[in-house]
Amino acid sequence: MDILAYLIPVSLLLGGIGLAAFFWMLRSRQYDDPQGDANRILKPDWEDHPKP
Amino acid sequence: MSIMNAPAPMACPACAVVPSAERLAALAAPRPARLMLSLPTVHCAACMTTVEGGLEALAGVTSARVNLTLRRVSVEATQDVTADRLIAALSRLGYEAHELDAGLLSATETDRQGQDLLMRLGVAGFAMMNVMLLSVAVWSGAEDATRQMFHWISAMIALPTVAFAGQPFFRSAWASLRAGRLGMDVPISLALILASGMSLFETLMGGRHAYFDAAVSLTFFLLAGRYLDHRTRAVARSAAEELAALEVPRASVLRDGIETVVPLGEVMAGDLVRVRPGGRMPVDGVVLDGASEVDRSLLTGESLPAYAGPGSMVSAGEVNLTGPLTLRVIAAGRHSSLHRMADLVAVAESAKTRYTSLAERAARIYAPMVHILSGGAFVYWLWQTGGDVRFAINISAAVLIITCPCALGLAVPAVVTSASGKLFRKGLLIKHGTALERLAEIDTVVFDKTGTLTMGSPQPVDLHRHAPDVLAVAAGLAAASSHPLAMALAAQGIAPADVSDLREVPGFGVEGQWRGQTVRLGRADWVGTAALPMTATYLLLNGQSHGFGFTDRLRPGAEATVKALRAQSKHIVLLSGDATAAVAEMAGRLGITDWTAEALPAEKAARIAALTALGHKVLMVGDGLNDTAALVAAHVSISPASALDAARVASDIVLLGQDMAPIADAVRIAGQARRRIVENFGISALYNVVAVPLALAGFATPLAAALAMSLSSITVSINALRLR
Repeated sequence: MDILAYLIPVSLLLGGIGLAAFFWMLRSRQYDDPQGDANRILKPDWEDHPKP
Repeated sequence: MSIMNAPAPMACPACAVVPSAERLAALAAPRPARLMLSLPTVHCAACMTTVEGGLEALAGVTSARVNLTLRRVSVEATQDVTADRLIAALSRLGYEAHELDAGLLSATETDRQGQDLLMRLGVAGFAMMNVMLLSVAVWSGAEDATRQMFHWISAMIALPTVAFAGQPFFRSAWASLRAGRLGMDVPISLALILASGMSLFETLMGGRHAYFDAAVSLTFFLLAGRYLDHRTRAVARSAAEELAALEVPRASVLRDGIETVVPLGEVMAGDLVRVRPGGRMPVDGVVLDGASEVDRSLLTGESLPAYAGPGSMVSAGEVNLTGPLTLRVIAAGRHSSLHRMADLVAVAESAKTRYTSLAERAARIYAPMVHILSGGAFVYWLWQTGGDVRFAINISAAVLIITCPCALGLAVPAVVTSASGKLFRKGLLIKHGTALERLAEIDTVVFDKTGTLTMGSPQPVDLHRHAPDVLAVAAGLAAASSHPLAMALAAQGIAPADVSDLREVPGFGVEGQWRGQTVRLGRADWVGTAALPMTATYLLLNGQSHGFGFTDRLRPGAEATVKALRAQSKHIVLLSGDATAAVAEMAGRLGITDWTAEALPAEKAARIAALTALGHKVLMVGDGLNDTAALVAAHVSISPASALDAARVASDIVLLGQDMAPIADAVRIAGQARRRIVENFGISALYNVVAVPLALAGFATPLAAALAMSLSSITVSINALRLR
């Protein structure tokens, strides 16, 4: 059962990274236009090379 | 997109009230670099590319970004770019665009409360998953030191989470306790605090049962409900504000012979105001100069334009049709008749909030019952065990957790969100929280005519009765006028005759020369004939007069809506301020037998009050100022987006598109939503009937509590999604 001493902190850390990512998304206003973002991936611009 | 939330700079709070020289200068200067346009027709990825690309190609535009969810585009540009240029460019691309008052919108642009709730929801979700993981290990038989360690880790995650994520509940519970009420949030907060405190104590004592998972998942589910509720309201509010922001309230005032555009709030009685053809009267006043015709249909329901010349009184909200008018202001702002009507509405608004929603009625039974059950369990077990406080508190905490008001807290918002979302996609905006429930109860529908069942745009009838020559001359004259009747005539696709020396006589009509004779198109008395008993314009040709009758075009979907509502066995009434002949014709076309013409605003409201007194629940559909009192008096009300501001404010639901057909759907969906809400109460009551006796008897384990709570939350949410 010693493995628990590693696994529990690891699982908490991974969850914490997810939570931090969620905070960042919220702060950088990525939930303002869910419909627009869903459609933006279909735009053909910059398909062949990245946006300069 | 952090630029999106830059608030409008305001030097001091008083600047909003006191008209300063700076403010006037700011209004006269070119619009600020940040422009916001409403794009009602944008809907796909290709639209976004076209709009953004098209706008960015314009000189002076630095960037344009479409928000598809809100159907808006925000444009950053240099000072000299005006909204008109952008709108023209967009209309060339095939998109309808309207300027929005960015100042009015900045409040909704950043939905702080929503973000706050979402953040708490995220924290609760994270904690719930981790605590649940540890709890599963305990339930599957972790013993002694392992169980103890898992409980401690759970405590370390759960306690800060409940303290942070539960704040909305604690705050509202505290507020309702201070007001001496027992709201829904009191038992919720009690359950959260008791469950966390008790579990911490149990962990300290090395006990078997801890309810950390229950406390955290309760927070999560209830926050989800609260967020859905907030979301529905925020969408409605932002759309309603957008409608308000579309009308930028300005007036052009003549001061020392110079015309300046000022905000409406700065116009005073005695000022001179100029109103151009096509403009809406900003104030109540008396005409000093100019002659024109005014359209009063929004105020009175009359479809015939009225003559206005020096000395005539005009009211705010009327539309100037043909010639420019100069008015001396009699009343402006909050003293104008328009505003007095709006004040009346504000009073009635509070009456509407007296309606108790199903959720409130359920909470009224629920909150005391939970406290009695939990308190009773505590007292009983204290007596039964001979003073074992720890055991008794454990039981009463379990009772509180199991009776968690998930059905009330999650199921009602889920149903309302799903129903409002459905109706929003059909083009109906639910403005009031209880509007759907009230809509489900109606048995009578009252329609207004002008502007509601009809579009308020005239269409010529029986054109083929006239000789081709007559038609051609009429079309030639009509092409020179901006009067709605003339424009309707010109739009018929008749090849116009070559009429020269065209001259518009404001308030009377158009005059011109055709084959050496004077021809006129306009009012009956000007042409020298008797008026027809309908909306009409008259042509003078060869000394003979020809009358062109007009009828109002039906709003698309009007017939289908009336038919569908009748199929749902609703009683249909037509109440109009218009002349008897026009109303009778319309009622005949739609097959409405119960109709009243020439109804005054007070009569409309009285009729609705009479229907209500007979026990009917009335849905009022209207758009004019003369309907406002009736809209307020009705059980629930709908107005089209083209309605006057006051009417829109008074109504619970706004019809965003031209088509009327969604109204019948709304009535049907509202009925369904109400049934789903009641079903959800039934489902959660069933869970409680099974689980509460177990908890009272002391057989409830954390596993049983978690199962009951999750299962009931999931079932009610799925049931909410069954709306069609």
